[in-house]
Amino acid sequence: MRAKRVNTISPAKLIFYGVIVVAGFLAPYLLPSYQVQMTELWLFVVFALTWDLVGGQMGYNSFGNVVFVGVGVYACAVIQVGLFYDVGAYTAARGGGTEFTFDAVQFVTGLAFGLPAAAVLAALAAVVLGSAVLGLRGHYFAICTLGLGIAAGEIAAGWDWLGGGSGMTTPEAPRTLGDIGKLLYYLAFGLAAATFAVIAWLLRSRFGLAINAIRDDEDKAEAMGLYTTRIKVTAWVIAAVFLGVAGGLYGNLKTFIDPIDVAFSGATIGVWMVLMAILGGKGTLWGPVIGAVVFQITKELFWTYLLGWQRVALGVMIVLIVVFFPEGIMGWLRERFPERFGHRVDERMARETAGGGSQ
Amino acid sequence: MAAMLEVQGVSKSFGGVVANQAISLDVEAGKIIGLIGPNGSGKTTLFSSVVGYHPIDGGSIKYKGREISKLRVPQIARLGLIRTFQQTRIYGGMTCVQNMVISRSMRTVSFTSLFQRQSGEGVERAEELLEFVGLYQKRQLLAGDLSFGQQKLLEFAMALINEPDMLMLDEPTAGINPTLINGLIDRLKRANAEFGITLFVIEHNMRVIMNLAEHIYCLAHGELLAQGRPEEIQNNSQVIDAYLGAH
Repeated sequence: MRAKRVNTISPAKLIFYGVIVVAGFLAPYLLPSYQVQMTELWLFVVFALTWDLVGGQMGYNSFGNVVFVGVGVYACAVIQVGLFYDVGAYTAARGGGTEFTFDAVQFVTGLAFGLPAAAVLAALAAVVLGSAVLGLRGHYFAICTLGLGIAAGEIAAGWDWLGGGSGMTTPEAPRTLGDIGKLLYYLAFGLAAATFAVIAWLLRSRFGLAINAIRDDEDKAEAMGLYTTRIKVTAWVIAAVFLGVAGGLYGNLKTFIDPIDVAFSGATIGVWMVLMAILGGKGTLWGPVIGAVVFQITKELFWTYLLGWQRVALGVMIVLIVVFFPEGIMGWLRERFPERFGHRVDERMARETAGGGSQ
Repeated sequence: MAAMLEVQGVSKSFGGVVANQAISLDVEAGKIIGLIGPNGSGKTTLFSSVVGYHPIDGGSIKYKGREISKLRVPQIARLGLIRTFQQTRIYGGMTCVQNMVISRSMRTVSFTSLFQRQSGEGVERAEELLEFVGLYQKRQLLAGDLSFGQQKLLEFAMALINEPDMLMLDEPTAGINPTLINGLIDRLKRANAEFGITLFVIEHNMRVIMNLAEHIYCLAHGELLAQGRPEEIQNNSQVIDAYLGAH
């Protein structure tokens, strides 16, 4: 039997992707009052997908990915401001007012340079931190990354040039630009699509198999000659690039950057990104996307209808997910409908193509 | 001719326990060499020392004339020296074919080739070798769902697709159904003859090792006790004593 082509896309899949893209484009016009939440949703998709690349696919449970978000938040904001004003003076004046205004060209230029800078700086942070901590395994890695997130937040809170504990506002968009929220929405949507495409491609390459191998048995992967250290750092860097850009957008979406509640927010997005991946199904391509959608809807419902108790409700949900859905939605589906996932028990295929099995 | 693997006076202790004491042995290219000894005699420790799993306390290990005792595990693997594990180690969450594809050698390719799409050729070679060890029918199953014996066969196939020059097997027949053992001996011999892989085999099953190896080393209490052709080893009174516990 000829080996199956690995990379073919069926027409049904193309239509499916097409529908999602069209829906993504039309969403701000169909549901204008939810534009901010939907922008946040696309960023959550990026958070969950990139967390899963390292946590789910490679088995390195990181609680420190929020570091790259924070680096992106600040890098983007600093470039946006710094291209035209002195950053220290800007933060000292508590975010602008009438002295620090940005015209349309300045605002767009700031974003155009700020977002790539966020990606580059986050990637650099991942190279440095990754080389240092990716030698740790299991719980040790998880605890260490938790510390990184907290330390990064404290550093930012103590850095007066960045506004210190009082935070920093992102540049206010000029009225001439119209609804800046739409621009952010489409940037976030594009970023989520790009993240999904890159990760889908990675998982089909040998790189995807390599990180799965590291997850299943890292010692074996080393014994087979894989470049484990380089592979691990690369995976984290790829995650960091997208997290950095997402951070840049997240800061502009929030308009105010608090070092600990927005930029390096381990207690919210740092935990949520893990939760979304687990809820949807760790180690699957679609799991984190589905998890992000379900999570964002649930979270918004809690905030709307259970105000005052929203965090309690969220906590209860986390407990329920971990106890009853440890494998997530995709994992549960795989258990229920194994034949849909190809590689489970597949007697029929075995008999049909029984070529030279000598047992 | 210099041997492919030259172990010279290698010692290794774990705290106060001397696992290997000044062991010297040679493995010549193209041969099948056996390593036997009672439980706890230091066979696996020696294997681990050779492939760089832990630093050695003294002595030298040369592979193809090059000192490798200071190299790390993946570096040694990329030189074409691969070991399999006594406690079988496969990638349980991946299918057999995926296990095979990712085990292809990193010797001739660069790091960036990992980002190319999986080639059909690689999958074909994987399926050929799965057929060679008799796992073709199970190739789309998750490796973690296979029986222990089947995992052992898969691990052997993974080592083969890596195209090593020398393969160190730690108890290849342990846990394998006795009726399959003859088939495995045959496959080991074919791997040696057809693929030109030098084999260095730890084995407890005397029938297997006497059948397979041209030359056998015997360890006891961390020291090299005896060496020779299978029939010499079989009749060596020291070896018999070591196994029957006369020490």
